[in-house]
Amino acid sequence: MSINLLLAATMLLNFMLVATSRVNKAIQLAAIQGSVLAVILLLMHEHWAFHVVLMALSTVAIKSVVIPILLTRAQARLKVIQEPPPYIGYTLSILLSALGTGLAFLLARRLPLQAGVLGTLFVPASLTTLFTGFLILTTRRRALTQVVGYLVLENGVYLFSLLLVKNMPLLVETGVLLDLVVGIFVMGIVINHIQQAFDSQDTQRLAHLRD
Amino acid sequence: MYLALINFPLLAALVVWFMKPGIRRARVLPVVGTLHLALVILALSTTYRLRPDAWFRLDPLGGWILLTVSVLFVICAFYAPAYLALRPERDYAVFGVCMLGFLSMASLTAASRHPGVLWVGMEAMTLVTTPLIYYNHNKRSLEATWKFLMLGSVGLALALLGTFFIAYAADLGGLGEPLYFDRLIAHAHLLPANWLKAGFVLILVGYGTKMGLAPLHTWKPDAYGETPGIVGTILAGGVTSCAFLAMCRMYSVVSAAGEGPFARSLLIALGLLSMGWACVFMIRQTDLRRLLAYSSVEHVGILAFGVGIGGAATRFALYHVAANALVKIVLFLASGNIVRCYSSHGVQAISGAFRRAPVSAWLFLLGFIAITCSPPFAPFVAIFGISSAAIQGGHPAAGAAFLVLLALLFIAMGSVILPVLQGVPSRTRVRTPYKDTVGTTAPVAVALLLALVLGLWLPKPLDNLLTRAAMLVEGAR
Repeated sequence: MSINLLLAATMLLNFMLVATSRVNKAIQLAAIQGSVLAVILLLMHEHWAFHVVLMALSTVAIKSVVIPILLTRAQARLKVIQEPPPYIGYTLSILLSALGTGLAFLLARRLPLQAGVLGTLFVPASLTTLFTGFLILTTRRRALTQVVGYLVLENGVYLFSLLLVKNMPLLVETGVLLDLVVGIFVMGIVINHIQQAFDSQDTQRLAHLRD
Repeated sequence: MYLALINFPLLAALVVWFMKPGIRRARVLPVVGTLHLALVILALSTTYRLRPDAWFRLDPLGGWILLTVSVLFVICAFYAPAYLALRPERDYAVFGVCMLGFLSMASLTAASRHPGVLWVGMEAMTLVTTPLIYYNHNKRSLEATWKFLMLGSVGLALALLGTFFIAYAADLGGLGEPLYFDRLIAHAHLLPANWLKAGFVLILVGYGTKMGLAPLHTWKPDAYGETPGIVGTILAGGVTSCAFLAMCRMYSVVSAAGEGPFARSLLIALGLLSMGWACVFMIRQTDLRRLLAYSSVEHVGILAFGVGIGGAATRFALYHVAANALVKIVLFLASGNIVRCYSSHGVQAISGAFRRAPVSAWLFLLGFIAITCSPPFAPFVAIFGISSAAIQGGHPAAGAAFLVLLALLFIAMGSVILPVLQGVPSRTRVRTPYKDTVGTTAPVAVALLLALVLGLWLPKPLDNLLTRAAMLVEGAR
């Protein structure tokens, strides 16, 4: 039951992420979401084996500490506080994410989970988080906010992977987390270059290439 | 042995990083490329017993793709020193390390037996190719890099979710780790169809983004447009081939589970859409490199279409991976020379390339003839095989659409390319010191020759390899 509550909490966080216009807050919300994922991971196991604890700790370390610090630092250096108006307004974004949530529930009904899984909301929560990340990524103009969107998208994927944690080897899981860190790191470097080259990280300026 | 394929280029990358600055860094590439190719051939020609729990193995499908990528890399590597000598202002270290990193990750992708490891390879490949796209260090290339990175990362996130879906399906079917592809295929009938289908859709979207299938191709014109020809070659012939392999691996599981028709209809639709989309954007294209990018969209469309038709067409689709890669080398590198000549990739600025850089211009023309699937080059054989399989195999409408699109693509591409080559160079053009040399044209000619030979004669061992690879794609064990 508590797992389902936490899954519902991640979905609530999704709505807050879509609604926020402050980059700082978006980074914090994504970090909180990452920690919630780690708690879900721990709750799914009755006996905390070493590798489960290790994975939970590394999830918190990467999703809630390392990446948020990296992003906050970039944000402080770039003095981005307020997001410029997104391509799709906030109200419409929230409506869209409500619609996405509904669709995710519909889709999840066609994808039955294994009998005995504690959290029945895994599939809809995962899909909505994925959709939220996608929405942020496509509608926000700041490169940094787009990276937050990517982080949320990865949270959605991670949420689903929790269903497999007993059967997927550690190697693959570490690969996933490592790739995420390196990915965000490379994005950070590119953002830095964008800032230097354009004196702004509004991606609307990245619109020279077209047919 | 298989680990050497992956580790050796990585080791070489390390060496390049710590070498003294200078052109010698670029000269490492051909050496490593040649040795890697020798290793691939050795790995393919020797059969030896492998521990069943090995994480890496070069099966015929992975072997065919890796052989293609390795040949592509060798040719690019031999071109690299001459090209880099023309760009003395650039640092060769990042270029060399990223190229070698790409080769290593391509080997990892091709040799991985596990969907998770395959995915890690594709993701790492995206990351190591990102600095290559930013090679020119200007605003335009930065924009292209950002789009490439964001779209690629999102696509790969979706592919990862799809991989997890299939893993979950295996879990539901009572199949535990390790989820090697051969085990998944052997027990495919146990996997619930709805999870499998949902997973395949996500994987198709995800790896389709990396392949550049329309409508997920939007990074492609920008990335190809703003990078040197050599990087474009690596992307158009290497990265797309690996992404195609990743897609094929998953397709074979779905096909073995008896859900082939569902997957094939998706592939046919996406394939034809890509070809049509490419055609629309090729007409009156004003940028030479973007034209080639759309040509790449077209050809990954052909690959998807071929696998979608299935049967004999699958074999020709795999054959086309090699044909496309070889001709893409010719087009990208020859056009790179022409672009260097005129210091612009706008079509308006270039005319009379036959006079200004005759060797590159002729190679480019022949490359154009080859890529538009005219005989006697290899792409023609592929197209002929795919279209006849489509028409005989119960897809006459799709086959007809395929042929019509090919004809339109020929006209669209020709109308842009011919004015570039013919005529006299404009008097107001930017004068550059570039001259065709052996270093910048011989590798291109070799690629063209290989495309010609492959079109006329497929050696017996390659033929066997191809046939077995096609069987693997179709879900045979």
